[in-house]
Amino acid sequence: MRKPLISGGIVFLIVLLFFAIMPSVYSNEDLFFQAMVYLALAQGVNILYGFTGYLPFGYVGFFGTGAYAASLCITLLHFPPVLGIIAGGLASVVLSILLSPLLRLSGAYFAIGSLAASQMVYYIVSNPSLQNITNGPYGINLESVYQPHTSYVTMIVILALVMGVVIYIRNSRFGLSLQAIREDPVSAGMAGVHVVRQRAIAWFLSALIAGLVGGAFAWHISVFYPTTVFDLNISIFAIVFTLFGGVTTVLGPVLGMFVLYGFYNLIGISEPQYFQLIYGILILLLVLFLPSGIVSIVKRRGHYVP
Amino acid sequence: MSHNPLLVLEKIVKQFGQFRALDGVSLSLSPGEILGLVGPNGSGKTTCINVIAGLYRPEEGSVFFNGNKITKYSLTKMAHMGINRTFQVPKPFKSLTVRENLIIADQYAKRPHQPLEELLDFVGLTAYASREAGSLNSSQQKLLDLARALATGPSLLLIDELAAGLNPSELDKMAEKIKHLAESGIAILLVEHLLGFINSLTKRVIVMNAGKEIFEGDLESAAKNPEVNAVYLGG
Repeated sequence: MRKPLISGGIVFLIVLLFFAIMPSVYSNEDLFFQAMVYLALAQGVNILYGFTGYLPFGYVGFFGTGAYAASLCITLLHFPPVLGIIAGGLASVVLSILLSPLLRLSGAYFAIGSLAASQMVYYIVSNPSLQNITNGPYGINLESVYQPHTSYVTMIVILALVMGVVIYIRNSRFGLSLQAIREDPVSAGMAGVHVVRQRAIAWFLSALIAGLVGGAFAWHISVFYPTTVFDLNISIFAIVFTLFGGVTTVLGPVLGMFVLYGFYNLIGISEPQYFQLIYGILILLLVLFLPSGIVSIVKRRGHYVP
Repeated sequence: MSHNPLLVLEKIVKQFGQFRALDGVSLSLSPGEILGLVGPNGSGKTTCINVIAGLYRPEEGSVFFNGNKITKYSLTKMAHMGINRTFQVPKPFKSLTVRENLIIADQYAKRPHQPLEELLDFVGLTAYASREAGSLNSSQQKLLDLARALATGPSLLLIDELAAGLNPSELDKMAEKIKHLAESGIAILLVEHLLGFINSLTKRVIVMNAGKEIFEGDLESAAKNPEVNAVYLGG
């Protein structure tokens, strides 16, 4: 157990040092902030899909809920931003509790069910009748608390927590029980695992992560619309990064995010037409030749991947 | 048997739509005893195991374990109480290693049992301990199912067609192992098609047909029973 923990710790340190140092090397802090957002979300997807087998197409629903709950706590209830972010995370957990009947579904049904749920939240938040509270489709303005550097540091802390949780799950009996449930819920039950409870914990945990990240994102960009934080592309990016790198590992989502998001920033904005083409080919090749992600190159040879 | 029965089934009825898979089945089983359940395909043997193990809830009747009514208990609760099983089509955690399969049962069922290394040795999977369970062949996966069930420290073990696919020498070894388990005090309910295998293990067999028990006794007497013959030979 010790060796895997050390290798997980090394990944943890490299990632956090990277994000702590890079803004002083290359002065585009927003780029690194965004990368941290996607990495944390990808790890959230990793917990839910990688360890329990539920593919959350509607994962962005928790992100948007966190962003809105945090913002409303800051603007209406005058919470300090960090407390607002925590409230955002808790609001997402509450939403996940309300949506927990979705866990009765599996496979494509769960994926579509979660997507529909996220759209429902989006339509409630952006509804003009709620303009008094959410400002409806006109979005949120947090300029009065805008502190890009502090929100960047806060995001590093959130990412550290998220990576720590995934390293724990990867190396604990809790993570083992989640994988057992994913493989065969009946056998897991017969092995003594509380299937419903363990599954629910993973679901709440992934919702908490997306909620906290959403809150930090809201604070960092400070002006946004419902379409910004309920954008389905956020779910898709988080899922694709995770699958591309390889699920049930700490390293997989990290690699997926760095390769694909790095690539996106290299040519995605300057030459979007080539980017879409190359992105498509890259993902197609991966699905065909490395369906278990980049880390499977090493895993196949019997090596341990943190 | 001098012991109080560990497991008692009272007039269990299990229905799937209009089809009565179990039609008033009653039986009892004491610690250390082996009971064979035989019968043609579709006679309700596996359904019977699924009802006892908590996978199906019966429409009528009750299951008692150690005197407690357990008819509506969950799989997990059954495992914690000391009821476990193997599956006709093995169900290991395929992407986990053989050892991890056992570790889960050990850590979550939290019941006393033999050390995991001994269990691996008992089912002959020591050399495969670090392999992914999905890479094992079907009979090895069945053995892993058995080892995982044993790692939950069961006092009642339901074995669903473990012998299918084993060669004669493996069958003999398996029979020895099951006898050994019974001698250690585990009550064993054995569903099996291989009558010779059952005969080498126990003199107490229940023959089922169309969800009902049609005979209870030893296999030799069963072979002389006209109703059993009619079921098996269509006579």
